[in-house]
Amino acid sequence: MEQFKEIMKGAKLIAKKELSGYFSTPIGYIVISVFLVIAGFLFFSTFFLYGQAELRAYFELLPLLFAFVIPAITMRLFAEERNTGSFEMLMTLPLSTIQVVAGKILAATLFASIMISPTLVYAVSVAFVGSPDIGPVIGGYLGAVLLAAAYASIGVFASSMTKNQIVAFIIGFAICIVLSLITKFLYFISPKLVSLFEYISADYHFQNIARGVVDSRNIIYFASVIVISSMASIYQLEVKR
Amino acid sequence: MISVRNLVKHYGDVKAVDGISFTIRKGEITGLLGPNGAGKTTTLRILTGYLQPTSGMVSVDEFLVNENPIEIKKRIGYLPESAPLYPDMMVYDFLHFMAEIRQIYDKEKIKDVAIQCGITEVMHKNINELSKGYKQRVGLAQAILHDPDILILDEPTNGLDPNQIVEIRDLIKDLGKEKTVILSTHILQEVEATCNRVIIIDKGAIVADDSTTELKSARGKDIRINCVIGGTTFEVIQNALKNISGVKNVQHVRDEGQLCHVQVLTGADIDLRPAVFNCIKDSGWILYEMNREYRSLEHVFRELTVGM
Repeated sequence: MEQFKEIMKGAKLIAKKELSGYFSTPIGYIVISVFLVIAGFLFFSTFFLYGQAELRAYFELLPLLFAFVIPAITMRLFAEERNTGSFEMLMTLPLSTIQVVAGKILAATLFASIMISPTLVYAVSVAFVGSPDIGPVIGGYLGAVLLAAAYASIGVFASSMTKNQIVAFIIGFAICIVLSLITKFLYFISPKLVSLFEYISADYHFQNIARGVVDSRNIIYFASVIVISSMASIYQLEVKR
Repeated sequence: MISVRNLVKHYGDVKAVDGISFTIRKGEITGLLGPNGAGKTTTLRILTGYLQPTSGMVSVDEFLVNENPIEIKKRIGYLPESAPLYPDMMVYDFLHFMAEIRQIYDKEKIKDVAIQCGITEVMHKNINELSKGYKQRVGLAQAILHDPDILILDEPTNGLDPNQIVEIRDLIKDLGKEKTVILSTHILQEVEATCNRVIIIDKGAIVADDSTTELKSARGKDIRINCVIGGTTFEVIQNALKNISGVKNVQHVRDEGQLCHVQVLTGADIDLRPAVFNCIKDSGWILYEMNREYRSLEHVFRELTVGM
């Protein structure tokens, strides 16, 4: 516990710096705008057709949207440092690699949370036109934060591999899109394997939480994605200098 | 204080550093000198804990670099080559961030360091708007912010204009009064101007390690005395000077109108300037100039790295 506190102390400083970095350049605002436009389109394009007071259409496509947007948020985190050389300075500060990695993941997750927070308006507007089930709404947002953290960890890992931000984005996107879509291709697979693929799929676990049922298995899935990606990032950063 | 034993670093097949050993005592300003690609930066990067050595041991105070890197990093202020900073940050925010990570955040301290490094007027500019000289100074400010015992500077004056170079060197000399400084450079004047110890590296190995004055003194090499003499010809001078005991050779450099430039070679152990002067005076010639040529660090450097 004491050790965790120590790690978070350094991680918070990194996160603070990275988070303010997102808002000191136009990139942060552009990503948020693009996200909100697409999310708004997804929400309203079916909202009036279904005629139901719920956010299902929005949450259903969120993993797909995140697979695209989150790697764009994380691509610069290490790639830019490697490219400008500030990576050398960062690695000679009295911080452990785990603190740096945790800080960057934290920053990206917080940024993603800020990014989705305006969509709470949808929840409010749904509450005006009907009486939505509150469980799926809370579950949806909780799941969205977990999903963002998991994808951010993957994105940070992708960014730690290269000094080219575009490459970092493509690697991150490739991993995230597979995790988002893998359950959509289960028609041709023997039923025995379905549960295995479901277990790998981020979409499957997210949709479970978004249904309003928070199961420990889903939480454990996201936690393991975060831990494994972070360990892979630490390996990349310590070996490839 | 800093001890390096048999340091080896390979990049794939390339041996960047090949068995370097040295010890640096407290309060020394040491210049790490060598041609480009000699392994200077690699050595410094290992000292700062950025790179892992292939083999060998580095210790700072009682800490080993591979066992306790965080403790070592706390004691070191490091300015990497070409001062890579965060381009999108404001100078003040950047120093504030560094101070927080060093756990010494204090407004007064940042102000003091800013004055010391002469960056007070750019504190509220973005780092990417700064000139190279200012960037270098911000990098230096970052390195001395936490008052480290050890300062490691990788080519601190690279790319600066002559005025800035003088300023940075003065600052380094000033800092060297209380701190241990290691700086790398391929500029010889820099070492002559700032350092009291030189380690010359070539192809990953140490070829010389001595005090700056010691290296410059001839050590068994010839000393040259340059004279400009008027009122006679070279042949006459040559015959007269050759008779002084200890003179090895008298060379004609060039004629300049009525004046004759002559170079007298002598052994390193004796100072023949009085004898040469008396000989000229007794002959009735006019002595316009006389100086003894010290071996410059440049000579030493070329001898050691190219063999000339």
